[in-house]
Amino acid sequence: MMRQDHLITATQLSRDDIETVLDRARAVADDPAAYADRHAGRVLALCFFEPSTRTRMSFDSAAKRLGMNTIDMGDVDSSSVSKGESLSDTVRVIEGYADAIVLRHPSEGAATLAGERVDVPVVNAGDGAGQHPSQTLLDLHTIREDHGLDDLTIGIMGDLKYGRTVHSLAAALTEFDANQHFISPESLRLPRSVRFDLHETGAQIREHEEIEPVLDELDVLYVTRIQKERFPDENEYHRVAGEYRIDAETLEAADDDLTVMHPLPRVDEIAPDVDEADHARYFQQAHNGVPVRMALLDTLLENANPDGDEGTGVDR
Amino acid sequence: MSEHELRVSKIRDGTVIDHVEGGQALNVLAILGIDGSEGFGVSVGMNVPSDRLGRKDIVKVEDRELSQSEVDVLSLIAPEATINIVRDFEVVEKNRVTRPDTVTGVLSCPNRNCITNADEPIETRFDVVADGVRCDYCATILRADIAEHIDV
Repeated sequence: MMRQDHLITATQLSRDDIETVLDRARAVADDPAAYADRHAGRVLALCFFEPSTRTRMSFDSAAKRLGMNTIDMGDVDSSSVSKGESLSDTVRVIEGYADAIVLRHPSEGAATLAGERVDVPVVNAGDGAGQHPSQTLLDLHTIREDHGLDDLTIGIMGDLKYGRTVHSLAAALTEFDANQHFISPESLRLPRSVRFDLHETGAQIREHEEIEPVLDELDVLYVTRIQKERFPDENEYHRVAGEYRIDAETLEAADDDLTVMHPLPRVDEIAPDVDEADHARYFQQAHNGVPVRMALLDTLLENANPDGDEGTGVDR
Repeated sequence: MSEHELRVSKIRDGTVIDHVEGGQALNVLAILGIDGSEGFGVSVGMNVPSDRLGRKDIVKVEDRELSQSEVDVLSLIAPEATINIVRDFEVVEKNRVTRPDTVTGVLSCPNRNCITNADEPIETRFDVVADGVRCDYCATILRADIAEHIDV
């Protein structure tokens, strides 16, 4: 049973917490109708201080499939934030409108702050280059359905320094028997704070600058986007980005059962010819956002309302 | 040190922070939030000879007895410091600083993109880890350069 009130970082999650949500996600996917009115009458607030397509829409979809309504703060430009309102005040106000808050914000630690300010559950949907733990849950669900989560060898490639999905995934995988290979240019290696946590847990990690030497060992290859704005020089960006691009030819050296994942959006780090390969799982991964976020919201709302009060919906 | 060499006189009542690493005295005052406006007598000796440290700083705060929790934060920049509580010219208590579990409101986070550096009504909070401190909000780890991030 997941005990937390909020989901702020993947480091807070135990193996038990993760398996609770993923078991429920499986149940949701198997029988979505059973969850359709589970949280009727409840409201989810979507507060995105940064652009989002998948995360915002999949939370919206997940909430509605649980019978909830959603309210959306809209773009920052059209909200009180543009008048200089602090995040602390914004979430305190929204707490009065909603039963849970999903927050994306450009500053690291924003969700931690929000969680300290309000009593309703807060889900961190990305805080700067920090964490993105609900993405991790759907990543783990995708991996689990293909390979299971133990005795796993995974390669995580691309922007490991600023990639919040990477930071959360790497932390969560330490709860399982996973060998983690990190593949990136020198300038985009894992940040000190993430490395610190991995070493604290005694995780098996190795770092590489090239994919080729480890590709055939991998069960999963998790590719992330290298962002142009991380490089002062555009030529340097194109040179580096080209080295961390995979296509169907690259994957000829891979194990037949390799699963290729990507949190999306991709630009050109995975060539379109991979889409047709059996390895490609990134669209399925994105689709898994709905049942996993349904399971997550269900779990958090259940924790927040332990008396079995299920709004106006079916009492289970 | 003989009487005619004394650069800072004895105090009647208060706290003497001794064996501070040379050059850190003003940071000690900054961490304690003492800037002179409180009206306490404050004396500072910097780079005075020390058998143990070579050169050391001394800070004396008159008429104020600092609590252990107040001075423990000093362990981050002055791990060798000793705290003497003085009453009527006599040292009545002598303590070492010990590392606290957390440090609240003293340091600023070096990560410019941390929410504590945005315009929020928020105090910084750092966990003390093996070889430094770690921001509770953004997880950034601060090691050797702690003194540069004292928030005054």
